[in-house]
Amino acid sequence: MLMLKCPYCGVMADETELSAGGEAHLKRFGPQSSAEDFEGYLFARENPKGVHVERWRHVNGCGKWFHAARCTLTLEVFGTYSAQVTAPPQDIRDAIRAKHPDWRWRDMA
Amino acid sequence: MSEVWQNQSALPGASATGFARVDEIGLRGAIVLRGDLSSSAVKNVATGIGGVDMPGTLGINLVEERAVAWMSPDELLLMMPYAEVDVALGQIHKTLEGQHYLAQNVSDTRAGFLVSGARAREVLAKLTPADVSPDAFPKGVVRRSKLGQVPAAFWLNDEGDIEVICFRSVAQYVFDLLANAAKAGSEVGYFSIPD
Repeated sequence: MLMLKCPYCGVMADETELSAGGEAHLKRFGPQSSAEDFEGYLFARENPKGVHVERWRHVNGCGKWFHAARCTLTLEVFGTYSAQVTAPPQDIRDAIRAKHPDWRWRDMA
Repeated sequence: MSEVWQNQSALPGASATGFARVDEIGLRGAIVLRGDLSSSAVKNVATGIGGVDMPGTLGINLVEERAVAWMSPDELLLMMPYAEVDVALGQIHKTLEGQHYLAQNVSDTRAGFLVSGARAREVLAKLTPADVSPDAFPKGVVRRSKLGQVPAAFWLNDEGDIEVICFRSVAQYVFDLLANAAKAGSEVGYFSIPD
């Protein structure tokens, strides 16, 4: 069973209390962007067997969106963090790199 | 149609007894107040109407029928006697005028239940993924979570019994869940009973 700690209310939330929001840190390409960029924004998603950064919503709780970094292979959770960031914070990166030294996420170092 | 349900709770008088007792609470006033919970204006109006201190994260402060419950980082639930809601709501609008806030009377969109008895925790534990052990769920904590398939919130009242609120549209479902989980003979005995 997957359990994530909501960074807003501090509750250790069971998977059934949460709603999955897909891949995190997408850059939006809207009007005036190229067709390729728009297609990528709409459809191109990472699907790693390993470390994944995702958006989750504590839907049956405080209702807030947040981010989580976890491993899809082992279900290990590296941490959860605020929704108001565009990249994983340093402590989350450190936690991931402790287990996966070569980890990269798209174009983020 | 409105006269059918106004001034009447969801399941008037509904009650079931097993190893714990489940009762419908009846009419209670409830106001959702959203805004910046760190602003002193919001704090003052909430505590003034609730008649209790401002709760912290996941906190609820209550005295008899009045309560202020922390529902999210920008949301409070104020509870009070049903007849006082309109006055309280007017007071909020007057006090917070010009500020960024939202206040709504939700008295008739909620249903409330009281689960009482020494093994009341066990009834909840059967139905929710939330940790309702005495350590994780003491008096003064409000948990929003699920009961079976639907959202609900619950806390301990002054007597140590558990109050549950859910959406009115699922009142019958939640009552049936609680009543079934409280059936005599279905005790699990997981939590130690307080003396």
